[in-house]
Amino acid sequence: MDSAALLLSLKLAGATALLLVPLALMLVRALSRRPLAARGLVDILVALPLVLPPTVLGFYLLTVFGGQSTLGQWYAALTGRQLVFTFDGLLLASLIANIPFAVQPIQRAFAAIPREACEAAWCSGLSNWQTLLRIELPLAWPGILAALVLTFTHTLGEFGVVLMVGGNIADETRTISIAIYDSVQAFDDRAAHAMSAILVLLSVAGIALIHWATQHIGRKDA
Amino acid sequence: MPKPAGALELVASQTQPIALQAELACAPGELLALVGPSGSGKSTLLRCIAGLHSPQQGRIACGGVTWYDAQRGINLPPQARRVGFVFQNYSLFPHLSAEGNVVCALGHLPAAQRAGRARELLAMTHLKGLETRKPAQLSGGQQQRVALARALARDPAVLLLDEPFSAVDQVTRRRLQVELARLRGDVKIPIVLVTHDLDEARMLADRMTLLSHGSTLQSGTPDDILTRPSTAQIARLVELNNVFGGTLESVNANGGGILCWRSHKFEIARANGFAPGTRVSWVVPPEDVILHRRDRPSLGERENPVGGRVDDCLHLGDATRIVLALEGDARARITFSVPTHVVRRNGVATGEQVRVSLLASGIHLMPAEAEKPG
Repeated sequence: MDSAALLLSLKLAGATALLLVPLALMLVRALSRRPLAARGLVDILVALPLVLPPTVLGFYLLTVFGGQSTLGQWYAALTGRQLVFTFDGLLLASLIANIPFAVQPIQRAFAAIPREACEAAWCSGLSNWQTLLRIELPLAWPGILAALVLTFTHTLGEFGVVLMVGGNIADETRTISIAIYDSVQAFDDRAAHAMSAILVLLSVAGIALIHWATQHIGRKDA
Repeated sequence: MPKPAGALELVASQTQPIALQAELACAPGELLALVGPSGSGKSTLLRCIAGLHSPQQGRIACGGVTWYDAQRGINLPPQARRVGFVFQNYSLFPHLSAEGNVVCALGHLPAAQRAGRARELLAMTHLKGLETRKPAQLSGGQQQRVALARALARDPAVLLLDEPFSAVDQVTRRRLQVELARLRGDVKIPIVLVTHDLDEARMLADRMTLLSHGSTLQSGTPDDILTRPSTAQIARLVELNNVFGGTLESVNANGGGILCWRSHKFEIARANGFAPGTRVSWVVPPEDVILHRRDRPSLGERENPVGGRVDDCLHLGDATRIVLALEGDARARITFSVPTHVVRRNGVATGEQVRVSLLASGIHLMPAEAEKPG
């Protein structure tokens, strides 16, 4: 079993989830105040990584991140590092590929908050910021938790985008999904089984956590 | 109109999204009922006062502070308006306890005093012992009390109640209405109650404003509006259905007169300033239609008697609603209620001939309606 790949995957998944969910929160909040047409366009862009084949997404990201591209050159000038075939590039690709998994649960959670709850908060003297912290975030937190868990577990399992952008460099870009593929290619079924079992366990635990959170928050105002 | 300190005044007009043409005023300690059918703009007016909706034109002021003025570009946010708002479905914060809900509205107090004040308010609304319950663990009536405690917590300049009794059962409703009537003694601010229930308005309100299609039609005491509507349209809105057309024949020295209607000549107690010969609409409230006893004539029989055939006789518990088709005109109908035991004793049933008196003091004259046969 490739424990370095497991650690790298956990690091990538953790970083993706922790960086992406706050960004998704900000995006959802900003969109809620925009006209419907603008929201529709963003919704389409947000959902795109869901339907795009990962290899296609990975291919375009590889093109955009490459040393010849503006982004690649800019990043190299800034940090002295490359975006392709490095952990940095992998993280950026992972952030983009996971946008729908972070944004959509948060969007649904905020949409489910009755408008009157916010109006009651304003009429109680709470500022917009206080309303967000004391009313909206607590009501939306199962959705935020779902975004964290989905982003985390989806990143663990991501294969196509990771392989295209990161390649398969041990300790730098080889994630557990790629390690499983490698094990199978090398007829190392034991390692493949062990690593797959870990992913299954993490996924089940993640879904159980979302389920528990959804059940244990009193959303009913009847 | 005199403007006592602390009064609420509103003038609002708009064409979108729903037409509004409204004007209302409410003095401190006064309960104003905003009455009208569904979709008449009652809730929109409350939302205007709270700052949740801005009319295109108008001015809203409370306690001498201008909250909204379209011309001067003043539009305070809800947070700056000091309103206590009880929403129709209460809109409690479902993740917070009863106490937590009230504490949210106590931001103006130092943090250390909030919990204590919240418990005081909950005790005042009869919720002692339920402070830690979440809204979902409270009955509808208890939720309404939490909403009321939360609305009062802010030390509001005006209390707004949006159909606060519509989501509870009849028994709870009566109890909450009594509590509101009691509470009024302690709260010296304008209270605006939105309701579509005329009985509720009559029972609780000092004054009422009638709203239809976004326009305020008449303001006055409930008694004024419910027995002396200023137009035939208002009469029908307040469920006075005995509206007819007629001509004022003469006016006497006491302000009363004679009203001609078909072949009848009715005595009336008040001519309401109409000149003799004027075409008028007139209404008689159901309680001023008196059924004659068959067995024994009574004194009232000489007062504006009319006869007819009972067209419909509907028992509604203690009272029976009778629709009388009047003699000589198949279209003219008068509706009135009598105690069910009276109906039984007199053998009143559909198809029977009966006679009634229209009390002169109950007949109310209004400007004639165009194109409405009486």
